[in-house]
Amino acid sequence: MMPTSYEDGHISVSGAGGGSMPGKKPENTAFKQQRLPAWQPVLTAGTVLPAFFIIGLIFIPIGIGLYVTSMNIKEFQIDYTGVDMSSPCYNCSQNFSWNSSRPCACSLPFYLDQPYDSNVFMYYGLSNFYQNHRRYVKSRDDSQLNGNQESLKDPSKECEPYAWSSSKPIAPCGAIANSMFNDTLELFYNDPNGSKVQIPLTATGIAWWTDKHVKFRNPGGNENLPAAFQGTTKPVNWHWPVYELDSDPENNGFINEDFIVWMRTAALPTFRKLYRIIQRKNNMVPTLPRGNYTLEVVYNYPVRSFDGRKRVILSTISWMGGKNPFLGIAYITVGSVCFLLGVVLLIIHHKYGSRNNIAT
Amino acid sequence: MFFCQCVGEENWEDSRTVYIGHKEPPPGAEAYIPQRYPDNHIVSSKYTFWNFIPKNLFEQFRRIANFYFLVIFLVQLIIDTPTSPITSGLPLFFVITVTAIKQGYEDWLRHKADCSINECPVDVVQQGKVVRTQSHKLRVGDIVVVREDETFPCDLIFLSSSRYDGICYVTTTSLDGESSHKTYYAVPDTMAFRTEQEVDSLHATIECEQPQPDLYKFVGRINIYKDKEEPISRTLGAENLLLRGATLKNTQHIYGIIMNTHFALLLRSKTNDSVVKIYKAVINTVLKYAWQWSPDRDEPWYNHRTEIEPFTDFLAFMVLFNYIIPVSMYVTVEMQKFLGSYFITWDEEMFDEELGQGAQVNTSDLNEELGQVEYVFTDKTGTLTENNMEFIECCVDGNVYIPHAICNGQILSAASRPLKTKKEYEDLFFRALCLCHTVQVKEEETVDGIKRGIHQGRPTSFYISSSPDEVALVEGMKRLGYTYLRLKDNYMEILNKDDEIERFELLHVLNFDSVRRRMSVIVKSSSGEYLLFCKGADSSIFPRVVSGKVEQVKARVEQNAVEGLRTLCVAYRRLSASEYQVACRHLTEAKLALQDREQRLAQAYDIIERDLVLLGATAVEDRLQEKAADTIESLHKAGIKVWVLTGDKMETAAATCYASKLFRRSTQILELTKKRTEEQSLHDVLFELNRTVLRQCSISGLSVDCLDFGLIIDGATLSAILKSNQEGGGHGNYREVFLEICRNCSAVLCCRMAPLQKAQIVKLIKASKEHPITLAIGDGANDVSMILEAHVGIGIMGKEGRQAARNSDYAIPKFKHLKKMLLVHGHYYYIRIAELVQYFFYKNVCFIFPQFLYQFFCGFSQQPLYDTAYLTLYNISFTSLPILLYSLVEQHVTMETLKREPSLYRDIAKNSLLRWPVFLYWTCLGVFDAVIFFFGAYFLFDNTTFTSNGQMFGNWTFGSLVFTVLVFTVTLKLALDTHHWTWINHFVIWGSLLFYVIFSLLWGGIIWPFLNYQRMYYVFMQMLSSGPAWLSIILLITVSLLPDVIKKLKWSSVIRHLKSFTVK
Repeated sequence: MMPTSYEDGHISVSGAGGGSMPGKKPENTAFKQQRLPAWQPVLTAGTVLPAFFIIGLIFIPIGIGLYVTSMNIKEFQIDYTGVDMSSPCYNCSQNFSWNSSRPCACSLPFYLDQPYDSNVFMYYGLSNFYQNHRRYVKSRDDSQLNGNQESLKDPSKECEPYAWSSSKPIAPCGAIANSMFNDTLELFYNDPNGSKVQIPLTATGIAWWTDKHVKFRNPGGNENLPAAFQGTTKPVNWHWPVYELDSDPENNGFINEDFIVWMRTAALPTFRKLYRIIQRKNNMVPTLPRGNYTLEVVYNYPVRSFDGRKRVILSTISWMGGKNPFLGIAYITVGSVCFLLGVVLLIIHHKYGSRNNIAT
Repeated sequence: MFFCQCVGEENWEDSRTVYIGHKEPPPGAEAYIPQRYPDNHIVSSKYTFWNFIPKNLFEQFRRIANFYFLVIFLVQLIIDTPTSPITSGLPLFFVITVTAIKQGYEDWLRHKADCSINECPVDVVQQGKVVRTQSHKLRVGDIVVVREDETFPCDLIFLSSSRYDGICYVTTTSLDGESSHKTYYAVPDTMAFRTEQEVDSLHATIECEQPQPDLYKFVGRINIYKDKEEPISRTLGAENLLLRGATLKNTQHIYGIIMNTHFALLLRSKTNDSVVKIYKAVINTVLKYAWQWSPDRDEPWYNHRTEIEPFTDFLAFMVLFNYIIPVSMYVTVEMQKFLGSYFITWDEEMFDEELGQGAQVNTSDLNEELGQVEYVFTDKTGTLTENNMEFIECCVDGNVYIPHAICNGQILSAASRPLKTKKEYEDLFFRALCLCHTVQVKEEETVDGIKRGIHQGRPTSFYISSSPDEVALVEGMKRLGYTYLRLKDNYMEILNKDDEIERFELLHVLNFDSVRRRMSVIVKSSSGEYLLFCKGADSSIFPRVVSGKVEQVKARVEQNAVEGLRTLCVAYRRLSASEYQVACRHLTEAKLALQDREQRLAQAYDIIERDLVLLGATAVEDRLQEKAADTIESLHKAGIKVWVLTGDKMETAAATCYASKLFRRSTQILELTKKRTEEQSLHDVLFELNRTVLRQCSISGLSVDCLDFGLIIDGATLSAILKSNQEGGGHGNYREVFLEICRNCSAVLCCRMAPLQKAQIVKLIKASKEHPITLAIGDGANDVSMILEAHVGIGIMGKEGRQAARNSDYAIPKFKHLKKMLLVHGHYYYIRIAELVQYFFYKNVCFIFPQFLYQFFCGFSQQPLYDTAYLTLYNISFTSLPILLYSLVEQHVTMETLKREPSLYRDIAKNSLLRWPVFLYWTCLGVFDAVIFFFGAYFLFDNTTFTSNGQMFGNWTFGSLVFTVLVFTVTLKLALDTHHWTWINHFVIWGSLLFYVIFSLLWGGIIWPFLNYQRMYYVFMQMLSSGPAWLSIILLITVSLLPDVIKKLKWSSVIRHLKSFTVK
């Protein structure tokens, strides 16, 4: 019979006793009496020690395995920004202007000192490029990219100021699309006999399957794209409209894989993106034999203005992805630490803990 | 259950005049000032249908926390912020809605209650007729008829009853839980009114004070105007005022005038926000740093430039980091407190079969303070003792009489009884005890109060009184052969030893009060003699005694007191007719006074109760409550200082203290009493005691068992100590010295305390420099002040009504339940809430710090690391339930251990789990884990491919990886902390993780049509399809948990072992 305490805004203040009527004996249930049967684990030396040893014994082999795998991966990088005067691309990087119609080309020779056996993945890498900038990340219209007709004609406000250009909606809109990487990279093998063989690059399979088939869709199907994009305009920085990205209708428009790859914003300011895949032809010949190569670049993409860097990476891939010794080392370290701790604890336990448990 | 608003009450003047029947007084008396009183319409509900939403919202946003979140939400709406407003809007909306629904529901219940009360039919006398009307139409000054078993619709002045003697019986069960029937008296001039016409013809005004919160105080005056006569003034007291909510019993009907249509309600709330404040400082620091990192770099060409607005940036950072104090923390803490308190009410061990009641929780805000109590202030009577009095003996003029149940009706004397006993004294003594009391005789079967059969043959009659002592005495008299039969027409009837009925006319009752500590009656015997019988505490009787065997009685009283018996002295005085007239005049004058009536009554009493002749003394035993000693011993072992505050005399109280093991035989007793301070000055005594205590402690600093001290202090000395401080002066600060002494005493007994002094003591300790948490426990109305003053107030549902229980934070049936309340429940609540608060902080540091680190890698653009859904649901669903459940059911040690080893309570004393080192540990752990999450993921992502098909992951995969590790780590960390794995724990912890995985799969599994972004599409699945991601998740979780596992090993014991080894 208590006055219910009445407080502003409190979620729950009135006591539990408020409504309890006298004479009602509380129920004798295990929960209400706080006597639910319970497992009460105690971290004793007996449980902690084996755990440390087991972790150590599991982690160290995994770590070694990862490390070895990572070491076996071949990776080659070449920077073609053209910062140095000596660089073949120096001129291109200096004379850059957005509205130059004539593309600037440069070629970089390089030498692979070991053959690349399996499929080789060709990446382009950018540094100091904040693709993860907040306003950049959100500057896209996913429903436009999904083929939505209304969004095509009326891009989302998030795309501003890259939503409209000369009173036409931009397709694809937004800062991400606008800044799409547009260098063309070609790889030539300099045969010892003097001829230059172009290495065939596969441009499909570089984007997530779900992105290509579900998330990105052309408005009104993949046929007759120019008609579908009627009434829209290309992003300001682009040289061609979106429906001229590729001649293959299955890789054109929004579902162009280079475009899709670019649209997946990177987590860190130094990143790489998959550019092409060099498929292995047969088991006899290495995909990329040892020797001299030339990288032909059509230099369209300016990075000097923000101190950026551009590079090309050639890498083989294992089951655990690209070259990454960190994971293996981390596993080995943690495993060793656990193992060592186990040993230390064992010694202490053995020496002093036999009388008293050292651990709770 | 309901309460009212007192609309504009404070605007009224100090006293009010009520015109009965709304008739103007005859001209010349006083100017008729029509006063407006609110009608009897009860509005206990807070909202109406129309104002509910605005008013409720306003009330809710007055809370600083809600307001803070509202501001964050508004900021998100207004400026361009990293996260969508939904992330903070949704939780806030949830909290606000749940609260609104709860309050709305409560208000709806109140509306319903109001309605049923407002529409309750009431009979009103209008123009000499009884008219049935509805309760809410009543106005002050109306005359109403109330019938038996009806509840008074408002406060009434009792005009007349159907009983010829002008009294009525009332129970106030719904007001204070006392079920005894109380007698109320009609105004003498109107008690003869029988019919509506007569009542209606009454022409009078009533003056009284404005309604007071004190339900039991009322002072007023009625002026009755008869035709062309001087108005007759009558005094009105609490005995004329029928309180709203009380029920009429044993009386057919009564007439009454409505005095107050509303009655004030004591509302109070204790709030405690000690823990939460720390965090504000932390977030401010974080924000300040964030501020310094505001970007001022040029935007590259690929990103459009915006003008840099530092303030907007600041707000954006604030939004991003506001998750460190999540709304959900408030919700969880409140829920924990609310739900957790049910365990107290559910506790079977705290259920008392006899009373049929278990523990009650009136405030759930203080659960954890139960685990922090350092001082327990306990009342003696009814708290330590049963308050179940038994008459043991009486001493008449030096002769001791001991009644025996076996020899009913026979007087047995233990002492050799001189034959030439003064028969006169004996008779007077027994009559005095039979007459000088306020006991009522109830002839009813089911009365919950104090019930004893008067006659074996008539078991349906009981003595009922608000004081159990009186019942014990009257009953003891019965066993000695003098039976009090009843009060009839102001004549008290006694059946004496010879089975003759003696009748005494009851002229005046000089009621008991705790200041005078005595009561008197003036009766007229059948022979026409005026007699004043007085009974009271020895200290208040002896100074007023002029003759009688003072020495013998005193010796006996002291002996009894040492045995722990409650003693009362009885004296009488024969009044001559003229003396009686004088006394009568004094009393009437005082009673009629409107101002200072209390004081004038006291003066009158003082004049009348003098020149007494001592008759003898009585001894009543008040047995200790079961397990009281055990409880006190446990509290001592738990490091809690127990103070007994009692109004009893020193010897009695000390005896109880010994019996309850508060003082042990080894305890050295320090006395700080009036007797001592009369010999020496207070100053000397204080400093001497201080020296004793300090010397002892400096010596015993080395010895193992420190001699413990017990201090006894009485009310007079205490007030001297307190007063000295107020005066200041050059005597030094007695208060500090006193506190110093108290600090070194394990037990303190304060006797001869007035109720207010009890509160003063509590306040004194509360304000001392350690700021200890105090707990006061008591059962009577005199303990209310101290219960309210202490941090935690506990009421015992005792025999002296329900006042204490009503005003307390917790109510328990018996003193022994305090042990479980503090040692088990208090301990559990404290560790639970400590873990809850710190874990919440930890998990949000883990959550937000990676976000913060990410800013270094995204150009300080406030880019969120996690997806909006993750940001929103992290605190709401992924990690909320495990900690809530933990904070409800965790038991780090079993209940039995806690009860068996009270010293465990010392482990958590002084807020040991919420201190800076612990807090720092949690923070460091949080930061460490966050660094592991972020940089672990960073190095794994650094410039490499994660998949076997060469495709790359983006920033959302990065965030999901960190988030997955985060959710698993914080949940497993809680699992490591859980010592008590019930099936619910398993269910909730593993269920939460499973829910996270399922949610993520679902969230990324389809293109959500209502979202304007599809950033999470297939991100989680892609991540899970990559082997290195799995490996890194496992690795990072392991590393994050490792430090805590290592810390959990008892290194201190290892170090001790090492040390002991090297010493050897």
